[in-house]
Amino acid sequence: MLTIASLKKGQRAIIKHFSVEVIPLKLLEMGCLPGNEVALVQTAPFQDPLYLNINGSHLAIRKETAAQIEIELL
Amino acid sequence: MARQINVALIGNPNTGKTSVFNRLTGLNQQVGNYPGITVEKKQGVCKLDRGLKAHIIDLPGTYSLNASSLDENVVIELLLNKNDKDFPDVAVVVADVENLKRNLLLFTQIKDLGIPTILAINMADRMKRKAISLDVQALENSLETKIALLSSRKNQGFNELKELITNYNLLSNKPCVNASSIAPEYFDRLRKAFPNQDLYKLWLVITQDVNFGKLDRQELQGVGSFQTESKSTLKRLQQKETIARYQFINNILKKTLTIDSANAKDFQSRLDRILMHKIWGYVIFFGILLLIFQAIFDWSSYPMDFIDSTFASLSEWIKNIMPPGDFTNLIAEGIIPGLGGIVIFIPQIAFLFLFISILEESGYMSRVVFLMDRIMRRFGLSGKSVVPLVAGTACAIPAIMATRNIESWKERLITILVTPFTTCSARLPVYLIIISLVIPDRDVLGIFSLRGLTLMFMYLLGFGAAIISAYLLDKFMKIKSKTFFVVEMPHYKVPMLKNVGITVVEKTKSFVVGAGKIILAISIILWVLASYGPGNFNRAESIVTAENPTLSGEELETEIASYKLEHSYIGIIGHGIEPAVRPLGYDWKIGIAIVSSFAAREVFVGTLATIYSVGSEEEETIMNRMAAETNPVLGGPLFNFASGVSLLLFYAFAMQCMSTLAIVKKETNSWKWPMWQLTVMSAIAYVVALAAYQLLK
Repeated sequence: MLTIASLKKGQRAIIKHFSVEVIPLKLLEMGCLPGNEVALVQTAPFQDPLYLNINGSHLAIRKETAAQIEIELL
Repeated sequence: MARQINVALIGNPNTGKTSVFNRLTGLNQQVGNYPGITVEKKQGVCKLDRGLKAHIIDLPGTYSLNASSLDENVVIELLLNKNDKDFPDVAVVVADVENLKRNLLLFTQIKDLGIPTILAINMADRMKRKAISLDVQALENSLETKIALLSSRKNQGFNELKELITNYNLLSNKPCVNASSIAPEYFDRLRKAFPNQDLYKLWLVITQDVNFGKLDRQELQGVGSFQTESKSTLKRLQQKETIARYQFINNILKKTLTIDSANAKDFQSRLDRILMHKIWGYVIFFGILLLIFQAIFDWSSYPMDFIDSTFASLSEWIKNIMPPGDFTNLIAEGIIPGLGGIVIFIPQIAFLFLFISILEESGYMSRVVFLMDRIMRRFGLSGKSVVPLVAGTACAIPAIMATRNIESWKERLITILVTPFTTCSARLPVYLIIISLVIPDRDVLGIFSLRGLTLMFMYLLGFGAAIISAYLLDKFMKIKSKTFFVVEMPHYKVPMLKNVGITVVEKTKSFVVGAGKIILAISIILWVLASYGPGNFNRAESIVTAENPTLSGEELETEIASYKLEHSYIGIIGHGIEPAVRPLGYDWKIGIAIVSSFAAREVFVGTLATIYSVGSEEEETIMNRMAAETNPVLGGPLFNFASGVSLLLFYAFAMQCMSTLAIVKKETNSWKWPMWQLTVMSAIAYVVALAAYQLLK
């Protein structure tokens, strides 16, 4: 199963699915929704957190959250 | 009389909402707090055409109406309460042209509340460079609103916005998204239970933890039964609502907005690559911190010397022109030196806020959060703890409030507990004066001043103490809480002079006024305690003359003055606590200054200034008086290397701020944590200062 955590720098993907229980509403409101595009812009030192471009918004989340969001590569 | 309307400025963080506010109101604004809570309330007045005046409220930045913090609660409580005197006649939603999609989410929510809503698209001057084109007319039609294209930087579009506000009653207040479509059956039940209420408002009340006492409580009786729907059902519905809103927005933007993504590799990603580099990123961050501390110490010394000597001559001038007596003495020896002790630090505090507001305005602070998260997590903190820890160098109170956006309760609590270790601006006066007294004015490696480096070391010590105690707390505290972290990386912006200027003026003013009141009160109390005394105090002249028959003139006067001080009320109290502070290398006067510092640390310098000026006849600067003090037991200067270091360390660790304790109580909702801070921090301070003095003396 591919998740955002397995993206490589510069790779783009489409968000497929995640469980509502683990992903907070705030992240959804910032554009992290199934069907939207996500790209890994950069990782911080030690590969965590991840700097993403989701649906045109630039935001950073931790790897453990990213590992909960399933994707399909573009 | 001019008619006044209420205008609410609402928007996501990082949309330049505050710049729009500053442009609309100029300096015609006031900053206060919402009653009962510590969220900043900014309001101002803007003149419109046709004799209309707009009372503008700058609401805290929020991503949506689903409140997850006190700041966001302020927004939703105001918008749900028609009876609030600030309830907006019209809402202006400020959006960033580069993040229009996300910003419109909030717009649709506000509009669905039935409030006339204007969309203000800010940073429109960047459209050309970013190859963004927008069909404003079509967007206005599909959102059923009016749009103002703004550029706060170039001061464009504000007349149009004012015009739109003036004509607010022409705006449609039809909702954008029909909330009930997300769960028709559920909303049907709601409608039946509360036939007279607006459904979307009801929905917000049910899903938020806001205090809905301000809505008509009677009509909402029974709302609880709808809240009993399981939390995850409600959350799923909120998710559906968010998706529905984004669908609506996507459909509209597809027809009205085009972005040429060929320009995507832009300035931001290039700058990010350097500023967030795994080595250079940290080097640059450290360099910026070093620059800040050099500036605070070196650049501000010129205005400080000027202020110090001005207050000294002011005292003298008062003594010369006013008739001698108690009242003149109170002003010249109590109030003026006390106030001088606070005014002198304005340059430094202004510099500190200048740098902090530049870092925040430019978008760099979020990069620091990103860079530091992994490291901070090892100590039980979050990358977001960096902001409170850096803001704590100004003042722990706003810093502790800034922890609200840390999502995990454990990380947040730890941040709150350790933030008071960071070197706040109230410690700065103490550090500066002690450093100038005991550290030689020398250069290291030709460029750094030894004093500047010492100051930087004190800041690092504060951070170090914060981080180490965070690590220990993380190990020993048994709180399970979900960790979660999301931070927006805003576009880089050249900070706007006006915004930075207003922040510096506002913060410095509130520091001076807030601290000034306490200091003034304490100066007067101290002066009274130092100028009166029982028994021998009143016979000072005859006793001293009898004991020193050979003395005369000025020497006799000085001897009498110091005898009086020793036997005044403050002298008696001071001698009472002296045994506790002598092992740390202090005399009773410093003891008094430390005790009064528990009201607020910056009182230290003012207190010593007041005590010393009562004890001497000469008008002198604070610095010279302190340098002239001698140790009563060992002889030699009282402020020597050992006692100076001991004092520095004591102030670095001790919890001496009543306002911080109060805010911690408020934020953690219990006296347990502030009391913990008071005892643990002060105990550490005493032990460390004791060890330092005993080793160095």
